[in-house]
Amino acid sequence: MSMPEGRMDEQTIAMRVAREFQDGMIVNLGGGIPSLACNFVAEGREVFFHTENGALGYGGTASLEEADWDLFNASFQPVTPLPGMSFFSHDEAFAMIRGGHIDISVLGAFEVSEKGDLANWAIGNMKDYNGDVVAWIKTGRFPPAIGGAMDLAAGAKRIIVAMTHTTRDGSPKVVKKCKYEITARKCVSLIVTDMAVIEVTSEGLVLKEVAPGLTPDDIQAVTEPKLIVADDLKEVEL
Amino acid sequence: MNKVVASAREALADIFDGAVILCGGFGCVGGMPSTLLRALSELQVKNLTLVGNAPALGLEAQKTAARTMQVPESYADGSLLLKNGQVRKLIASVPAMAIYRLQEPFPIVKALQEGQDIEIELVPQGTLAERIRAARAGIPAFYTGTGTGTLLEKDKEVRQIDGRPYLLEYALKADFALIWAYQADRYGNLIYKGTSRTFNATMAGAAAVTVAEVGGVVEPGELDPEIIVTPGMYVDRVVVRQGETG
Repeated sequence: MSMPEGRMDEQTIAMRVAREFQDGMIVNLGGGIPSLACNFVAEGREVFFHTENGALGYGGTASLEEADWDLFNASFQPVTPLPGMSFFSHDEAFAMIRGGHIDISVLGAFEVSEKGDLANWAIGNMKDYNGDVVAWIKTGRFPPAIGGAMDLAAGAKRIIVAMTHTTRDGSPKVVKKCKYEITARKCVSLIVTDMAVIEVTSEGLVLKEVAPGLTPDDIQAVTEPKLIVADDLKEVEL
Repeated sequence: MNKVVASAREALADIFDGAVILCGGFGCVGGMPSTLLRALSELQVKNLTLVGNAPALGLEAQKTAARTMQVPESYADGSLLLKNGQVRKLIASVPAMAIYRLQEPFPIVKALQEGQDIEIELVPQGTLAERIRAARAGIPAFYTGTGTGTLLEKDKEVRQIDGRPYLLEYALKADFALIWAYQADRYGNLIYKGTSRTFNATMAGAAAVTVAEVGGVVEPGELDPEIIVTPGMYVDRVVVRQGETG
């Protein structure tokens, strides 16, 4: 597998995330990189994917031939049916989330803080618009949309963030304090990026795995808070 | 009893200026009540409040999201009402999306840039669903952990319960619910299809008047009572949809 500049591609990040899915778990996948993880469930494990628009136990991403308007995930992607799947209303889907019935929620992020605060619903801060959401949306610049992110971040048992380690211009996305609008505080437990796997602990951020060819110093150079290097640090395992 | 009416226009004839409208569906093609929303856009009503997850993203966003899937020509959503200047307020979790680059701005952005005076209330998706369910269930308000520690705390009661903060959220009362379903009988019993159930089943019965557009109407008894999702008591009017969305 080729990994230019020591960075893993989106599929590989999703593959690493999917290793966290244990047999029998209920997992919700957010849009973007997280949505790819449904295609990488480990052999021999049965994982039940939940989607906000009302399905449990769907399969992978559907091909054009398989695609059906009545079987979509919450990222507006067609998915495949699986034996044993079920459908339910939107309020039921969120009773499952709010009620703590989701084992893992995988979410994308714009920023994650060293305390595990998550910012993933708005590229910006309402203060820049004097608290006026209409003024913000009127600009057309990254109009904010909450979607299901706040409910998932507040309700799921475990939050895993899957994202690129830096922004396109190279700025860190793992930061001391989020500058964008917060989704939920102290909610993230694991961060999987194209460069590293980082665990959020009460002592701080622990660097657990690095992408092949990278050193802890490479990761620290593009990470704002100080990382604690795990004693058993290893290369990302897929 | 027969709740089936001849046309969408007839089913919506008593919608009034300033009405609060629950718009079913999720925001993508499956489950969007296109026939009803198109008919509403042809009525002379204004100052409407639209409530939905993503009720007004517009056709171009659907085409972008669908990639190679062919979006039916009959597809319509609340963006038609924005275009007509019929909307006074939008209550949604996704008014527009940052991830898709469209040739034109999203319909809500365009309406605001044209100078329309539209209020927007951003609501987390699960809180929106529960505020609607609460209205149907006669629950005036509830506490939820969603949104604590965020800007949504502003102007809301925060209460500590079992050592954790929760926000007080109020039931969302509406005048009309416009929903999509797969099939109905003349009593208004509804069944859905796959993920197109979504907000449609949540909104049924949550407004003073619920209007359902369906792909077909069958005789009472033909829908297995074990699989009816929305009991007929929640539905006031049934219209057979036009076109192929469903």
